Amino acid sequence: MNQWKNFTKGFFKDNPVFVMLLGMCPTLGVTSSAVNGLGMGLATTFVLVMSNIVVALVKNFIPEKVRIPSFIVIIASFVTIVEMVMQAYLPALFEALGLFIPLIVVNCLVLGRAEAFASKNTLGSSIVDGLGMGLGFSMALTMLGAVRELLGSGMIFGLTLYPEDYGMLIFVLAPGAFIALGYLTAFINRVRKA
Amino acid sequence: MNQKLVISPSPHVHGGDSVPKNMYGVIIALLPALVASLWFFGIGALIITLTSIAACVFFEWLIQKYLLKTTPSVSDGSAAVTGLLLAFNLPTNIPLGLIIIGAAVAIGIGKLSFGGLGNNPFNPALVGRVFLLISFPVQMTSWPVPITSRLHYIDAETAATPLSVIKEGVSAGQTIPELMSEIPSYINMFIGNIGGSAGEMAGIALILGGIYLLWKKIITWHIPVSVIGSVIIFTGILHLIDPSTYADPLFHVLAGGVLLGAFFMATDYVTSPMSRQGMLLYGVGIGVITVLIRVFGSYPEGVSFAILIMNAFTPLIDRYMKPKRFGEKVKTVRAQTSK
Repeated sequence: MNQWKNFTKGFFKDNPVFVMLLGMCPTLGVTSSAVNGLGMGLATTFVLVMSNIVVALVKNFIPEKVRIPSFIVIIASFVTIVEMVMQAYLPALFEALGLFIPLIVVNCLVLGRAEAFASKNTLGSSIVDGLGMGLGFSMALTMLGAVRELLGSGMIFGLTLYPEDYGMLIFVLAPGAFIALGYLTAFINRVRKA
Repeated sequence: MNQKLVISPSPHVHGGDSVPKNMYGVIIALLPALVASLWFFGIGALIITLTSIAACVFFEWLIQKYLLKTTPSVSDGSAAVTGLLLAFNLPTNIPLGLIIIGAAVAIGIGKLSFGGLGNNPFNPALVGRVFLLISFPVQMTSWPVPITSRLHYIDAETAATPLSVIKEGVSAGQTIPELMSEIPSYINMFIGNIGGSAGEMAGIALILGGIYLLWKKIITWHIPVSVIGSVIIFTGILHLIDPSTYADPLFHVLAGGVLLGAFFMATDYVTSPMSRQGMLLYGVGIGVITVLIRVFGSYPEGVSFAILIMNAFTPLIDRYMKPKRFGEKVKTVRAQTSK
């Protein structure tokens, strides 16, 4: 398989958020600002790459019937590492993301790549796939976070563009996440098909 | 007319009913409330009504022409009705920019994203209003004082609505009889001499408009009667249980947007159920949710939320309460007995 294509498919052709609509829970839950979206995306990328590596290495030793529980255990170990590292070195981000960090364990994207890709492909391809998908996920979350932050509180990455009083509060809240995601998805798919 | 024989497919007799005819009927029915609004709120009401209608019609035309690349259907009047209803749901001192955002949301998100008139699951004007209410809570809940602020727009003097007086008073521990002296008399509430959104205060004007809609058969009685009836019954029960914390039914019908909602917003063809029983269930749902939000919720007014929530249930009600086709029942009975 062409490794470059394998890497770039996560950004545009098979973007986990805008095309496959996987991992909606963190996508809608933590993207109230661009920084939160980026942090969540990078944490997921780390877990995705590491779990893809391990799954690709041990795929021949796991019996077919217990593969899902085994994948979950592998993923959960890396999520625990991310959680502890983040709590130690990035306490502010850890506070902001809160419950959504342990929830990376049940992110469909991570489990989906382990099941659909890493358990069927070589170690090299799995690393590239995890990296591409993870960065595509981070890109989507950052975009959504930036749109919501801009419309909701007049800032991008904490940089004030216009007074917060004119921001539309709904975009900081949950309904705004759904509206923004819907229109971003429509826009990306329009561009993708053009 | 030299053609003596016209050959055409059925139907051959047409009642002359059309979308524009119904929409302009709704606009005529809203005129008394508009007049009342202009009388009590003056220049502010004029500015927001014109802005809202113009913005809704403009966005409908713009999006249909340049984004969807279809023939704009502005002339059917539905965008103008949305604009008028949106204005009626806004305070008359709201900045112009917010009206334009509300119009863009109502038409763009509420209506055209779902495929335009006939396909929108939620009442577009209410989508615009609730979007603004959640986004700009301060500007959306400062209500001009009627009559004294007739010549002022943004700088109008403001006061609380009867509903928020009751809500804050009760949560501060005052009783209803004490609070009744702080709110306008029921006569003033009936003619519309109270603070509130542009078109929701004048009970008498809204009832006149509602009677016109019923007379012209633009709406049936089912939805308005079930909405107002369930508000009266529910608040009546609460009032009987404890008159010192729950206001009486007449207050709840006259205050806020119950009349406007019952006659003009809930009866929107597209977003309300099709069968008669379905309409009754839908209306009772709106009435009950309105009272729940007003009495137990954190917002003082809940009509717009209640209508949007029941809009979401409309497809389900339509599936559950399908009208029986003629002869269907006999057929199933026969099929069972012959077995």
